[in-house]
Amino acid sequence: MTQDENKEGVGGMINPRRYGIERVAYWLMRLSGLGLLAYFIGHIYETSNILRGQVGWTELLEMTSTPFFHIILSIVIAMCVFHTVNGIRVMLGHGGIGVGKPSRPDYPYDPASQNYRHKIGIYSAIVLAAVAMMYGLAVLFGE
Amino acid sequence: MAQVSSVADKQTTSSKSITLRISRYNPEYDDASRFMEFNVSYEKWTTVLEAILEVKQYFDHSVAVRYSCRQATCGSCGMMINGKPRLACFTKISELDSNVVTVEPMSNFPIIRDLAVKFERLFDTHHKIKPYLIRDDTEIESDEKEFLQSPEEVEQYIQFANCIKCGLCNAACPTMATDSSFVGPQALAQAYRYVADSRDKGKDSRLKMIDESHGIWRCHFAGSCSQVCPKGVDPAMGIQLLRGYLLGFRS
Ligand code: SF4
Ligand code: FES
Repeated sequence: MTQDENKEGVGGMINPRRYGIERVAYWLMRLSGLGLLAYFIGHIYETSNILRGQVGWTELLEMTSTPFFHIILSIVIAMCVFHTVNGIRVMLGHGGIGVGKPSRPDYPYDPASQNYRHKIGIYSAIVLAAVAMMYGLAVLFGE
Repeated sequence: MAQVSSVADKQTTSSKSITLRISRYNPEYDDASRFMEFNVSYEKWTTVLEAILEVKQYFDHSVAVRYSCRQATCGSCGMMINGKPRLACFTKISELDSNVVTVEPMSNFPIIRDLAVKFERLFDTHHKIKPYLIRDDTEIESDEKEFLQSPEEVEQYIQFANCIKCGLCNAACPTMATDSSFVGPQALAQAYRYVADSRDKGKDSRLKMIDESHGIWRCHFAGSCSQVCPKGVDPAMGIQLLRGYLLGFRS
């Protein structure tokens, strides 16, 4: 960011405090997208270890069967669920579905596109992600 | 370092006062912006713009601020007020619910001086989407009759015609915060305004214009533009409806 352009930069883009839950969802969507991309790359590396034969594969499985990796995996589950559910909401919105109808605005000008349907969609995505993550933790740390 | 001054002594009618922090920056001389603080008394109805004008009148006339109508109509006085883009003439100090009011130049716009920012880019992108009716005939040639529209047809776009080009939506947009080439919510909402107008025949050319890498696809429907719009334009709605045409959901 230069003072010339006076852009808010990444700090302003990811600041989740000023514009309600919709901006939080925007931020979580980006974060989970990047997280899933990182997991995807790691996953390809992990599965490519099978080329080292059974010994190499078993070695890798042992290495990843630690509490740390279990927590990482649970976060991946949460990111995956949030990204999917919120992604469906955003895709429908992008097609103009559920964003309200144009009409003469009246003070105090509550924007129709920021409606309860989308808010419910966002909260559902967060709750489902949390539930899926807890289920993942229970399975991975169970017994 | 912040400079503290008081203009409260000049007024006798009000008992309440706030600290007004004004960002000062002159690109010609300063390396970075700094804040000056003023103690300003206010009434229930005092706007942020009036407080800034008090400062100009009683303490420092060199504070640069742009305004004209003082009634949320000209779109000149947009600035960051306590971190959010707002019109200074449309924001009452009492509604901010804070003893400290910080005013800064609008984000994502180059600074001319202090609180005044350059609007060239907003006007350029607005102009780019051809903000006028495109058709082969004119009202004057058609027997001097106006193009008729039903009330329902007017409803399709009238909300978007309320835009006063204040730029608050562009200041709140998370894509504008990082992408210098993004066309921005203001221009995209105006593209929808004309595409949805039954008198307009320029839909295809407008859609082509915004269907580019820094065009409509950079909008991720964060909705911040609609939350700050002082005229109820709801640019996020317009942009998604516009994208509906490109994705084949609308015709
Ligand atoms: S859409 Fe609203 S916030 Fe954006 S320039 Fe127009 S009036 Fe201002
Ligand atoms: S002075 Fe005209 S909009 Fe504020």
